[in-house]
Amino acid sequence: MLGNLHQKSIIHFIILIIFSSFYTSVHAAESKEGEPFNAGDMIMHHIADSHEWEFAKGFVAPLPIILYVSGDGFEVFSSKRIVKTGQYGDFVYDHGKIKHLDPEVSVYDFSITKNVAQMFLSIILILPIFLLVARNYKKRANQPPKGIAAVFEPIIIYIRDEIAKPNIGPKYERFMPYLLTVFFYIWFNNILGLLPGAANLTGNIAVTAVLAVITFIITQINGTKHYWGHIFNTPGVPWWLKYPLPLMPLVEVLGIFTKPFSLMIRLFANITAGHIIILSLLSLIFIFKSAYLSLVSIPFAVFMNFLELLVALLQAYIFTLLSSIYFGSAVEEHHEPEEKGASQSLI
Amino acid sequence: MLNLVLLNAGIALLGAGLGTGLVALAAGFGIGKIGTSAMEAIARQPEASGRVQLAMIIAAALIEGVALFGVVVCLMIVLNNTTTPA
Repeated sequence: MLGNLHQKSIIHFIILIIFSSFYTSVHAAESKEGEPFNAGDMIMHHIADSHEWEFAKGFVAPLPIILYVSGDGFEVFSSKRIVKTGQYGDFVYDHGKIKHLDPEVSVYDFSITKNVAQMFLSIILILPIFLLVARNYKKRANQPPKGIAAVFEPIIIYIRDEIAKPNIGPKYERFMPYLLTVFFYIWFNNILGLLPGAANLTGNIAVTAVLAVITFIITQINGTKHYWGHIFNTPGVPWWLKYPLPLMPLVEVLGIFTKPFSLMIRLFANITAGHIIILSLLSLIFIFKSAYLSLVSIPFAVFMNFLELLVALLQAYIFTLLSSIYFGSAVEEHHEPEEKGASQSLI
Repeated sequence: MLNLVLLNAGIALLGAGLGTGLVALAAGFGIGKIGTSAMEAIARQPEASGRVQLAMIIAAALIEGVALFGVVVCLMIVLNNTTTPA
């Protein structure tokens, strides 16, 4: 029995090593002939958004470029025409930015870039899954869920019972749709970004900014008088901090903005840093121009990839948890100070 | 003249490197403290290990968030490190 287990784990180990060897080909560096390998450029190229989608070296999918010039209306053309040549019609393409030949005219870029296309793909993945889950619950009204709903039910119940209810209190149902959406959206997009050839969606600060802004808006809209009272007239603070110089209200108002800001930076930095680490480890092979370094570099990169899988789930959880804490503080009812020993703390 | 310009650029990069190192050091120290207390708590009361582990992971993720603020700032220093001659 023990001999079987030993053989199995050896086979697993060999399969792991074989899989990890595939990583070298996919992240192949694209450099022009004769130019030294520039790790920084390669990493930035993989992390940043771009107007065309490069799945692997040589497989470049052109994406539509949609521009709005005030006065002339919309211009739509394929990115094939402008990225390589640098100019098409009235537009010049300079390091990812599209400008008009005439510097006075402002061009608004509404293109389907790599990140937008990745977002569409992830929507195509997420929407059917969760519509099926919802339909399953509706059809089997008073029975336990079967099939795909049974896969997601423990997670949904965990979000409801461990994240929403303890932090928001009795009014948690209002916020559940948003919390569930943001959790699965961030989780799926983090994981999809780790696939080779995929775009780094949650590592785009614009995307995380939008999520943080939505959390901010929901918090402020649901703020009770109690909440605003706490901000402009914080209880337990000496009077000379509030009048004549309203220091405490100023700090509290700043706090309203720094909390979603930290949500945005945390998600963006975690995911981007993870991608940069993996890409840096792999580009070490090219910097040292040694194939033997891959024996060290690739297992390390595989380990970092597994860590990134953990970080994907953890960052989604943290975003959802902190959002629910902010919602909870917004809808909090006034409660009398509790007796010592009567309070029960969860977590 | 060019010497001064290059010196400025070099010092900025030095600052970025030192900054990232300090941030990593601080994050490691902070998360180490969390790990220590979590392990002591689990050793004291193995039944509570699930809740203790959860709290440890949450606190570690929050500290990592702060550490990555610092990393982002240092990265911005490195990427925008262009100096125009006076």
